[in-house]
Amino acid sequence: MQVPAQFEYHKATSVDDAIALLTRHGPESFVVAGGHSLLPMMKLRLAEPETLIDINGLDELATVTVESDHVRIGAMVRHSALLSSPVIAEHFPIFTDAERLIADPIVRNRGTIGGSLCQADPSEDLSAAFSAMRATAVIRGADGEREVPVREFHRGPYETAVAHEELLVAVRVPIRPASGSAYAKLERRAGDWAVASAGAMLRVDAGTVAEVGIGLSAVGAAHFVAPEAEEYLRGGPASDEAFVEAGRISAAHCSPSADQRGPVDYKRHLAGELTTRVLRRAARRSRGEEA
Amino acid sequence: MQITVSVNGESHVRDVEPRLLLTHFLRDELRLTGTHWGCDTSNCGACVVRLDGVPVKSCTVLAVMADGAEVTTVEGLAHGRTDADLDPVQEGFMVCHGLQCGFCTPGMMLTSRALLDRDPAPSAATIREAISGQICRCTGYENIVRSVQWAAAKEAATRDAADADTDSSEALA
Repeated sequence: MQVPAQFEYHKATSVDDAIALLTRHGPESFVVAGGHSLLPMMKLRLAEPETLIDINGLDELATVTVESDHVRIGAMVRHSALLSSPVIAEHFPIFTDAERLIADPIVRNRGTIGGSLCQADPSEDLSAAFSAMRATAVIRGADGEREVPVREFHRGPYETAVAHEELLVAVRVPIRPASGSAYAKLERRAGDWAVASAGAMLRVDAGTVAEVGIGLSAVGAAHFVAPEAEEYLRGGPASDEAFVEAGRISAAHCSPSADQRGPVDYKRHLAGELTTRVLRRAARRSRGEEA
Repeated sequence: MQITVSVNGESHVRDVEPRLLLTHFLRDELRLTGTHWGCDTSNCGACVVRLDGVPVKSCTVLAVMADGAEVTTVEGLAHGRTDADLDPVQEGFMVCHGLQCGFCTPGMMLTSRALLDRDPAPSAATIREAISGQICRCTGYENIVRSVQWAAAKEAATRDAADADTDSSEALA
């Protein structure tokens, strides 16, 4: 039987209250959202917080709202809510694609967007999807809010830009007219972490790639992105040959590790193939040829 | 820490350690052992209960997180009915042999009930997707899918009969 070590428990009543509790209880206090990463770590004693600050009651962080040229996704939005959101499906099919493949439906009922980003697991899918979309993280502390591009949010495995006395409150994703996005992941079985995964955002202007974002997960890509492939595509033709070449560049520049999910060459191959596939799909969606 | 949790419509007040998991709260504190404790790592789904209507893996929820919430366990599926008067999902599992050893069954039935509540006529693929976070080592899932389809068909027939009754009484009026 796996039992977490003892801890003190507080339910935060507001974002400010959560920040005050984090400040009062010091570095050994942890925030818990859906708990599907933290509680298993606590059971294995890989995490032993002295104080747990529960933010599940903060409904103000659980909304998806359109704000002029972007969509604001609250940190406490559950994976299941992101998956079923018509606003997300309309503007950012990349998240709908990704959410179908994140954990399993029951875990998705509990796990949150903010929790996934803050856990910063190197195989986490939304980090790659938000990076592909060039989204912005909104972080609140005692002195107010600050914004950090998601591409600068991850400082390394399990490390983020959020300081101890701060809380990730939302992610802002820009709405780009006439753009398309897609996500693909290979997993060994339903609910598993990715062997490799890729996401892409494309805005094509008269056959030329005007804007592009490529996210990679589980293959050791720094900040979950493939900047060399993006650089290659930007300003060039949105052609199938270009997408194949971008896949080749993605594969060459990532640095996967061998583990029980596969050897390095296999994961590298997947990174390239999945990059090409999501670029094709994003391009079709940008032309309205596919939902 | 004192918590108040409503389980299958009955309110329970208990003083618990914050580290107590909801599975153990249900099984050890309330002696509701229908909720099974399986892998302990949120993989197998034997511990699924409904928390404010939403299926969750109770091995990965703290009991204190359920303070003030409404929990439904397998014991509550046929709540308020006689022993012989089961939920259609339970009947389906019985009729279609949706279980062999029965270990995964409580979680499977709660997830299936939640599925039918939002999608009364799910396809086989939808049922498989809904239960994809739950492991059954006996049935190969075939009979579980059939059980849920049986329950959906029974509920559809019951609805049709009720509609027919309304129609005929309208005709009489």
